[in-house]
Amino acid sequence: MKTIRIGTGAGFSGDRIEPAVDLAERGNIDYLVFECLAERTIALAQQAKMHDPDGGFDPLLERRMRAVLPICHKKAIRVISNMGAANPVAAARRTVDIARELGLSGLKVAAVVGDDVLDILSPDQFRIDEAGCTLAGFEKQVVSANAYLGAGGIVDALAAGADVVLTGRAADPAMFLAPQIFEFGWQMDDWTRLGRGTLVGHLLECGGQITGGYFADPGIKDVPDLARLGFPIAEVAEDGNAVITKLADTGGFVTAATCKEQLLYEVHDPKRYIQPDVVADFSNVEITEIGPDRVAIAGGDGSARTGTLKVSIGYVDSCVGEGQISYAGPGAEARGRLALDILHQRLLLAGIAHEEVRGELIGVNSVFQDVKSGPSEPAEVRLRFVVRTRDLATAARIGEEVESLYLNGPAGGGGVTKSKREIVAIVSGLLPEDQVRTQFEMMEV
Amino acid sequence: MLQLRDIAHSRTGDKGNISNVSVIAYHPEDWPLLIDQVTAERVRAHFGTMISGKVIRYELPQIGALNFVMHDALGGGVTRSLALDPHGKCLSSLILSLPINKAGA
Repeated sequence: MKTIRIGTGAGFSGDRIEPAVDLAERGNIDYLVFECLAERTIALAQQAKMHDPDGGFDPLLERRMRAVLPICHKKAIRVISNMGAANPVAAARRTVDIARELGLSGLKVAAVVGDDVLDILSPDQFRIDEAGCTLAGFEKQVVSANAYLGAGGIVDALAAGADVVLTGRAADPAMFLAPQIFEFGWQMDDWTRLGRGTLVGHLLECGGQITGGYFADPGIKDVPDLARLGFPIAEVAEDGNAVITKLADTGGFVTAATCKEQLLYEVHDPKRYIQPDVVADFSNVEITEIGPDRVAIAGGDGSARTGTLKVSIGYVDSCVGEGQISYAGPGAEARGRLALDILHQRLLLAGIAHEEVRGELIGVNSVFQDVKSGPSEPAEVRLRFVVRTRDLATAARIGEEVESLYLNGPAGGGGVTKSKREIVAIVSGLLPEDQVRTQFEMMEV
Repeated sequence: MLQLRDIAHSRTGDKGNISNVSVIAYHPEDWPLLIDQVTAERVRAHFGTMISGKVIRYELPQIGALNFVMHDALGGGVTRSLALDPHGKCLSSLILSLPINKAGA
């Protein structure tokens, strides 16, 4: 049976660079896929593109491409990535320039477009789930609207001979599903195979999270050599079943347990993992260790796709001001709590308009709020005071109030930091797939 | 009395204002303990005011795992939350502190 080998080059935008180079050099892979686009990244990238028409793609594209392109070109490894972000065409152009600078030739680079649907959304018909209203009734400044594309555009680009495919918003697993559809000639209504291919994509899309990253818990779940964590490879067979593995002499490990954790990561109903191309079914997946760092994945399935695409809307939500200060030694927590009381009063006394307030002590209740409180006094606490405001000028006053605790607050406060930021947030809705037109633009070095 | 951490591992994922937390048995023989004792009601109570919406439990017996989907759990959504951990990444560690009675429910 024919098999292909797909490696993950990055599981998020800031991921390590070297593991991808290692996979390209020694992984005997056919495809190297970089997943670099978080939920809100594309909205921020859209803003960058407004300032610079040639910008708006992933800031690490240059470094990643310089690191892997020469090897991938030499070994005929095809690269797929959503590093195009808000501007896949500019990203492809930049990639062509980099290839040229590296002295490579005969390289085809495709930009897949069509995910930017800001201009085609009907204000009266498109419904925003979280807001419970239509786009027309949504009273915020919208900065982006991107549909999660399926594998189709990438498959078309591969069929046209692309060595590098750059997308904007695509469903993360679809970037891994596309080479499987292309290589095995799967039909777009073969729900079982599309479901299995999606499962492979889902397992691979977070890179090191399946090879021992985000897993270690000393004494209970020890993982070797996380500083040299190897990224995953899937050996996929024509029937869509796969083996997850990694290079033997890299850090981490692939076990049934690492695969199970990743299987359920960001999954709701395991029977219905809704994707643009298929509704994948992970409920009967079997996970079996068949050798060191080799785990067999079988039993994935799927059912007919919904016919709608999820659209993420980026909008300017609010502003946030934040200040922090530390208290340490005996009575640290009590002084921290006193400081929080003072800050809450100051919001009112100083007339600082605010929409939402969060005051907490890091080391006591910042992550789990007041769910758990330990019996012992912490050696030190860090106060964190964060307030949602309408404008940046007001947000700036929050840090100033925390800073004023130096001379006006409890004894022994130190190390104030302050920040203010505008928040671009995301809401979503569904768009009929026939309203979205996916195309690719091919460039050649 | 055990902690859930002694018999299971966990990972959290986020989508908007919804958090999902998996609970995976290290050994198949502990699966009945998970089914009996790690109920949606107990999980909801354990997380207290951190979750304002419903908690749904999905069962995956063939891999010995439960998946809890917790609504309105991420401070209004990852992209606008004021929380220090807006993704709720740490929630998996909280669920593992749930007490488990090894003798049975």
